[in-house]
Amino acid sequence: MSYFSNGAWWWPYLFILVAGFAATDVWRFLGVYLGDKLSEDSDLLVLVRTMATALVAAVIGNLIVFPGGALAHTSLGLRIAAAALGFVAYLASGRRMVVGIVTAELLLLAGLYLKF
Amino acid sequence: MERRYTAFATVASYGHACYGRHMSTWIPDATAPRSTWFLRGVRAAFSLPGLILISSFIGFAALAKDAGVTATHAAFMAATVWALPSMVVLVGAITSGAALPAAMFAVTLSAIRLMPMVMALVPEMRAGKTRQWVLYLLAHFVAVTSWVLAMERLKRIPPDMRTTYYAGLGGTLVMTNIIVVTAVFAVADALPSAISAALLMLTPMYFLTSLWGSARERAGHVAMVLGLVLGPVFHIVLPEIDLLVAGLIGGTAAYGWHLWRRKVREA
Repeated sequence: MSYFSNGAWWWPYLFILVAGFAATDVWRFLGVYLGDKLSEDSDLLVLVRTMATALVAAVIGNLIVFPGGALAHTSLGLRIAAAALGFVAYLASGRRMVVGIVTAELLLLAGLYLKF
Repeated sequence: MERRYTAFATVASYGHACYGRHMSTWIPDATAPRSTWFLRGVRAAFSLPGLILISSFIGFAALAKDAGVTATHAAFMAATVWALPSMVVLVGAITSGAALPAAMFAVTLSAIRLMPMVMALVPEMRAGKTRQWVLYLLAHFVAVTSWVLAMERLKRIPPDMRTTYYAGLGGTLVMTNIIVVTAVFAVADALPSAISAALLMLTPMYFLTSLWGSARERAGHVAMVLGLVLGPVFHIVLPEIDLLVAGLIGGTAAYGWHLWRRKVREA
């Protein structure tokens, strides 16, 4: 039942349609349907948002601590330092995403160049 | 309503005065044809948020390729899922060998945030005679970038042209990034390993900053910090359902903190 468990050409498409398309668009359609019926500040939506945020943050954590590909050959300390300092630069610049992303990338490349 | 419309048209014509200079003839905004508004939507896609999105799709493509997903399947994912956090969760589930129901559950949880976003956007976009199916169709384009751009700019668009404008904006973002994903797959193997590592770093940095910026309440920041720590912890303890458990526990704890804070403030 996993993505690579079935060799049929249509299986990855079905997997993406069910686990990806249906799983996301159900919320978009529900959003149109509910329109302005539900208050944005309702407690249920706060819980929903914190769960979704924690889940995506868990993905970020995993991407930094357990990365794949070429990033896996870098040291954990370098990745955490680059991400953390990039995030600090983002906050210090008045939440400008470009500053945070560019800082982290430059630190990572500098670290790789200096063989950290 | 009539007066509000005039005010919008005035602001819009100021806002778009610079566009007129590049065209051969000046078209007054209030009477600008539908195609003009569509093209302005297209143009809005090529802005700073749009460029940042492209860079994170480059990161996604590198991630998907690394997970063993083919170029066609990754492009299909971009078109049908069209929400980077959900796409990254989906690829994460594929990598960890999750079964279809578990993958679907994790992606469903990651995509809940789209509902309040759509709920906030629909009243902005709807004009008197907007058909319901148009809204359902356009809702598929809703993801962080197009949403931020739309919430900022729709106010200055005449109400009955807003769906057209958003179709131009959302459609262009989707098409551009499908091309970006395909292009990255084509060149990825030729890249030096330092560049590949840097590309893989784009996705976590994009989310680290955009997630922090889009949090509506302090509890969102608490949830984010908890998730960052719990993700890797449960990746070791419960590898196949790590994301779900981290989301449920981290989210519930942050919500508990939210309730506790409110109680303290009221007391």
